[in-house]
Amino acid sequence: MEIVNRPHVQNFIRWAADKPEVVVLSADLTNSCEVGAWRDTYPERFFSLGMAEQNMLGFAGGLAREGFEPFVHTFAVFIYRRPYDQLAMSIAYPNLPVRLMAFLPGITTPGGVTHQAIEDVAVMRATPNMTVLETGDATEVESVLDVAHAVDGPVYVRFLRGRVPRLFPRTEPMVLGQARVLHEGDDVTVLTAGITTEEALRAVPALADAGVHATHLHVSTHKPFDDPTVLAALRRAKRGVVTLENHTIVGGLGTAVAELMAEHAVGTPLVRLGLRDTYAHGASQAYLMREYGLDAMALVRAVERLTDTDTGLAEDDLAKVRVEEVHSLAKAEAL
Amino acid sequence: MVTPSSTATADVERVAQRIRRRVFEHVMRNGGGYLSQACSSAELFATLYGRVMHLGPSQAPLEPVAFPGVPGPANPDYVSGGAYNGPRDPEFDRFIFSPAHYALVLYAALIEFGRLAPAALEAFNRDGSTVEMIGAEHSPGVETTTGSLAQAISQAGGIALGRRLKGEPGRVWVLMSDGEFQEGQVWEAVQALVHYRLDTVGVYADVNDQQCDGRMDDVMRVGSIGERLRAFGARVFDVDGHDVDALAAPAAMEPDGRPLFVLAHTDPTRGVPLLRERAPNLHYLRFSSDEERERYQHAFAAFDEEA
Repeated sequence: MEIVNRPHVQNFIRWAADKPEVVVLSADLTNSCEVGAWRDTYPERFFSLGMAEQNMLGFAGGLAREGFEPFVHTFAVFIYRRPYDQLAMSIAYPNLPVRLMAFLPGITTPGGVTHQAIEDVAVMRATPNMTVLETGDATEVESVLDVAHAVDGPVYVRFLRGRVPRLFPRTEPMVLGQARVLHEGDDVTVLTAGITTEEALRAVPALADAGVHATHLHVSTHKPFDDPTVLAALRRAKRGVVTLENHTIVGGLGTAVAELMAEHAVGTPLVRLGLRDTYAHGASQAYLMREYGLDAMALVRAVERLTDTDTGLAEDDLAKVRVEEVHSLAKAEAL
Repeated sequence: MVTPSSTATADVERVAQRIRRRVFEHVMRNGGGYLSQACSSAELFATLYGRVMHLGPSQAPLEPVAFPGVPGPANPDYVSGGAYNGPRDPEFDRFIFSPAHYALVLYAALIEFGRLAPAALEAFNRDGSTVEMIGAEHSPGVETTTGSLAQAISQAGGIALGRRLKGEPGRVWVLMSDGEFQEGQVWEAVQALVHYRLDTVGVYADVNDQQCDGRMDDVMRVGSIGERLRAFGARVFDVDGHDVDALAAPAAMEPDGRPLFVLAHTDPTRGVPLLRERAPNLHYLRFSSDEERERYQHAFAAFDEEA
């Protein structure tokens, strides 16, 4: 698997070259959000707003009203959690084209509860006018810019940074409202988003080898959630559906799938894997994924329960887990 | 239409008194309302529209449209209430209205300046109308949605920054209330305006020492707003908020790199001394008895004779 080092850094610089309306706002996490080189390339379009996110979102709204396309870069928790009223009233209500680049989604950071955005998809899905996207690999980190740019209104993006795997070919960019079908089978349907897709890619082939065949969909658009491919995959599942998300199971991917199944009378069991209505704490991503049941083995066990199967699969039977160093040159600090 | 700089002091004062009268009349007809805000800020609105702001003619109908739905991709024909303040041409100023519960005073000001039909107040707080009690950006004269207080100044900062990037000379005027200075966001905004030397932003604040729960000093003391602002690096003028010339003077000065704050010290019972009996409960006038209502009706009649 190709691992791309800091894909956003040069890609965003290239992408913004012919878009003078694109400006960047940052709240003292510029290098951590991989826009330090962008700032040095386009200093006249970069605005440091300091540790003052409420005001930053107001500035973003004002700039958008004047025809600019602000790309707010900071950690997710400081976009949807701390300044939510400003996000809702100064950006979302007026449907302004502000791009909220939300770093450190879910348990991707050892920064602990204060830095882990675990209910952001729920909050952003509930916010009218908001489009909600999530990147799952380097190709999506690169192509989400075009997707967000084309939306008439605000966009929230769960963003990956540092060392990011390339799971999908460069020639297959993210498309708004279109899930990727990564595996096909009739027994169960598995839906993943963001970093959990890499986990499912370890589990699904092993399950197939053990005789349990899954359709696996990678979701990059949380809202709108009306992709006919998703509905077809849900209807296809004979034994049940499993969602695996880097988020609380309340209000995120699992909930969106449940809503869709209920609305379309898809009568099959649904297992939602994710944080079970709990906060997490500061530790490595691999540890937290295992601890909270967000990893490949958690998916295997859920599928076994749904299908009443003992596959005999153990951790060693799966493709090796990719463990990222907490201390890496790919990150500005260990956060 | 009354245009800025051509308006004599006596005319602006008369307009202010008519704003107060129109709000008072409406409050009597509706059995209550935000009267003290009109008492304190009538000269502020009259001076902003009559002397300070460089605005083109209204781009909106005199009779306000019905509620057009909220902004969104499914509502491309949405029209901003900011259209009442004229076109968004580069040379024109912009008006950003922060304390949205002053909406009735704003509507009255728009009427006095010929930007809104007097009959528009018939639709005030009526179902399906844009002439809302608190107002959002579809309401006449309202460009941003600021009923959640203290958000206007940040949005104005973004607008001013955007206009500077585009090379537009027009200024951005913000009307605030003093209670908003309790919100942390205001101070975040002030430090950003100072940091980016956004001297095209001019804030007029109605310093009437009142908020919903009563006197500001009792609810949460902020002390001298002027001293705080100066410590942040802003350009500050403390003026008598009922003195039209004093209000207008700072706006006529050449910007000097610092955001401008005009702190208009006002009396929330100005023109309606009967309100003093209610102090410090001035935020919203609701009559507790027929007798009280009768006394206000007399006060209104007396106000009419004076005016």
